[in-house]
Amino acid sequence: MTTLIFIIIICIGIVLCIIRMGIGPTAADRAIAVDTATTVVVALLVLLGFVFDRYIYLDVALVYSIVSFVGLIAIARYLEKGI
Amino acid sequence: MQNTWEGKNSMNEIIFKILLIIGILFNLFGCIGLVRLPDVYNRLQSATKCVTLGTCSILLSLLFHFGFTEIGIKAIVAIPLLFFGATVAAHALVKGSYLFGVKLGDQSVIDEYKDEAEKSSEDKKKMNKK
Repeated sequence: MTTLIFIIIICIGIVLCIIRMGIGPTAADRAIAVDTATTVVVALLVLLGFVFDRYIYLDVALVYSIVSFVGLIAIARYLEKGI
Repeated sequence: MQNTWEGKNSMNEIIFKILLIIGILFNLFGCIGLVRLPDVYNRLQSATKCVTLGTCSILLSLLFHFGFTEIGIKAIVAIPLLFFGATVAAHALVKGSYLFGVKLGDQSVIDEYKDEAEKSSEDKKKMNKK
């Protein structure tokens, strides 16, 4: 029961990131919201793996963080001088 | 569900619970700051610092729960990847958004990067003339 409350709190964080993704005035706001959402989703995957006893989710979280890093570097490069 | 919250009350379990609660609260506060703060740079400050610390804390708590088994080692390998990845991406993003032309907020006091950005843009123009 307590772990369910933890998962719900993390999901509230993801919803807040999605709100900023919707109302962000500039493109940089939306990119920052995506960055934060990926990091929070890594935490959610680790918690889900702990609760449901499936530790393959840890590998998923590791690869997801690397892929999000590459994508954000591409977005930053585009904002700086264009592709 | 095999792993429940109510476990043994050894020292490792207490550290595990404290680190897990710290991580979840920092994640939530970082996301609240992302919505409430006024400026791109302030938002990036809140989001990157709080959320990275929270997620690293959750990963470290798994090490205390499982010890040095397969799962604990995997969690501790994920910490430096996440730490350096998130912070380097945030730095590149804030530099890119400054050069893109995002203004600072109304309440900002000082802008130390202004001269350096102008200098770099002048260098770019010279390079283009050559």
